[in-house]
Amino acid sequence: MRLDTHALTILAIVAAALASPPPAHAAGGNPAASPAGPTKSTKSEPSPEPANGAKARETAEGPRTPPLIQAEPPPFSEGIFPCSGCHVDPGDRTRRELTFHEDIQKVFDHDSNARWCLDCHDAQNRDVLKLASGETVPFTESYRLCGQCHGDKYRDWRAGVHGKRVGQWDGQKTYFLCVNCHNPHTPGFKGVKEIEVDGKKTTAPTLEMLRPEPRPLRPEEMRRPVAPKASTTAAGGR
Amino acid sequence: MSERKSLPVVADAPADPSRRAFMRTAAAGAAVAALSSCGVEMEDFLRGHFKEFSPDELRHVLAKVERKNLERFGKKTTVSATGPRPGVEFGYGLDLSRCVGCRRCVYACVAENNPSRQSPQIQWIRVMEMDKEHGVDLAHANHYYEADAVPRPGKFYMPVQCQQCRNPPCVKACPTQATWKEKDGIVVIDYDWCIGCRCCMSACPYGARHFNWATPTLPADELNPHQHYLGNRPRPKGVVEKCTFCIQRTREGRYPACVEVCPVGARKFGNLLDPESEIRRVMETKRVFVFKEELATHPQFYYFYAT
Ligand code: SF4
Ligand code: SF4
Repeated sequence: MRLDTHALTILAIVAAALASPPPAHAAGGNPAASPAGPTKSTKSEPSPEPANGAKARETAEGPRTPPLIQAEPPPFSEGIFPCSGCHVDPGDRTRRELTFHEDIQKVFDHDSNARWCLDCHDAQNRDVLKLASGETVPFTESYRLCGQCHGDKYRDWRAGVHGKRVGQWDGQKTYFLCVNCHNPHTPGFKGVKEIEVDGKKTTAPTLEMLRPEPRPLRPEEMRRPVAPKASTTAAGGR
Repeated sequence: MSERKSLPVVADAPADPSRRAFMRTAAAGAAVAALSSCGVEMEDFLRGHFKEFSPDELRHVLAKVERKNLERFGKKTTVSATGPRPGVEFGYGLDLSRCVGCRRCVYACVAENNPSRQSPQIQWIRVMEMDKEHGVDLAHANHYYEADAVPRPGKFYMPVQCQQCRNPPCVKACPTQATWKEKDGIVVIDYDWCIGCRCCMSACPYGARHFNWATPTLPADELNPHQHYLGNRPRPKGVVEKCTFCIQRTREGRYPACVEVCPVGARKFGNLLDPESEIRRVMETKRVFVFKEELATHPQFYYFYAT
């Protein structure tokens, strides 16, 4: 399958703008569901004309499809998922201070004057997220939820401009998710740390900012101590 | 006035062949004497330019570098000379609105590219801390900053490394053609042809070139065995080196080490001739500039603001 990021981007924007993508699009093959419908969607029709007018690139080996692999999302806090373990019924839907989840409420800084839990978490089924349209999305596709407000970042992310990718510049890449760098409850970037999930290296956001690596030495700090009759043609020479 | 020739003077007419042959032998003899005293082998000294190697010669030279690596570090290495791919011109993008100045890129580069660690300490990437108030202004730049946490308030960070200029002053300055620009845009150095005159260093407006003032200090356990002849193979004393866009990785299709390590994803890399590449997307949709544009070096390294 050939992936067309630009066209997909447009789809994504339209989907985000309308906030009610047709149900067919919500299925697994929906190109808007992942940066390039990469791993699962095998049948979505490639668009011949990318949005920016660039010609679809066909090489001698046929259409070129950089396979995209999703990085492992950081794990949930210990023992918190599935949420339905505690939240069995919808409960009180009025905006209020909770008596639980103080670790989240303490740091909550995500338009906190205007928003609260149930703007993103689904009241009926706590194990999924909810778009403004009412459509639910699994936690593994949380970027769709982020994208409905942060459309510009979403668009850039899908094109590989926002966020990070590792692997091959001309082939298989691993892309990181919003939640690999941004804590959804306090999303302003502070720092990240490397973690391992299922034996795979990935990253998780931190609440601390990064500490820089040591500064370079100044020229005067680099002088070698003058050794008496130091050999100038050590084994390290040519 | 009597004719005194205190300096060697080149004769107007070609000297007779026998004399020239004698001169050559004599010069070679002197050279052998001089070279053997500084550890350079005659064969290396007399060999042709890298670009004129036959496949056989190339294989021979690469095998020799591997052998020398083994002698010097006691470690097996692979040294390739993978050439540029047709239809590929590398472009690098650095997002100044994202970089937090953590210097992870500096040390990932050091681990990848086998530079000298201490005395001299050589780092191909220099992260400059600048004032937001002044913008990109070298008069208010400091690359020795130290902090507990970055970014510091009121500051932004601008990493600088070789800009792989399309019109590279360093290449023009080199008297021995030891440095040149490859088809995919990477400006490379053949350390065996570099005579250490440092003309290129003074010609480079970005401070991107570094000199091995002493035999590089590189512990064997930190040696990256995956090497390219024109890139990260260990350097001898007295030669110049610089960023090669990780030629040993990028010629094989991988991202450079600095791109992969950057925790904020500020670094973008790809093929400028591929309309779908990330770097093209940056060029088409972001505010992009090149550093010291007024010098007309036409870098293949672009700074941009994603926001
Ligand atoms: S690793 Fe990234 S954020 Fe850190 S200094 Fe380098 S470019 Fe900037
Ligand atoms: S940045 Fe300096 S070393 Fe790199 S190509 Fe330009 S002039 Fe040469």
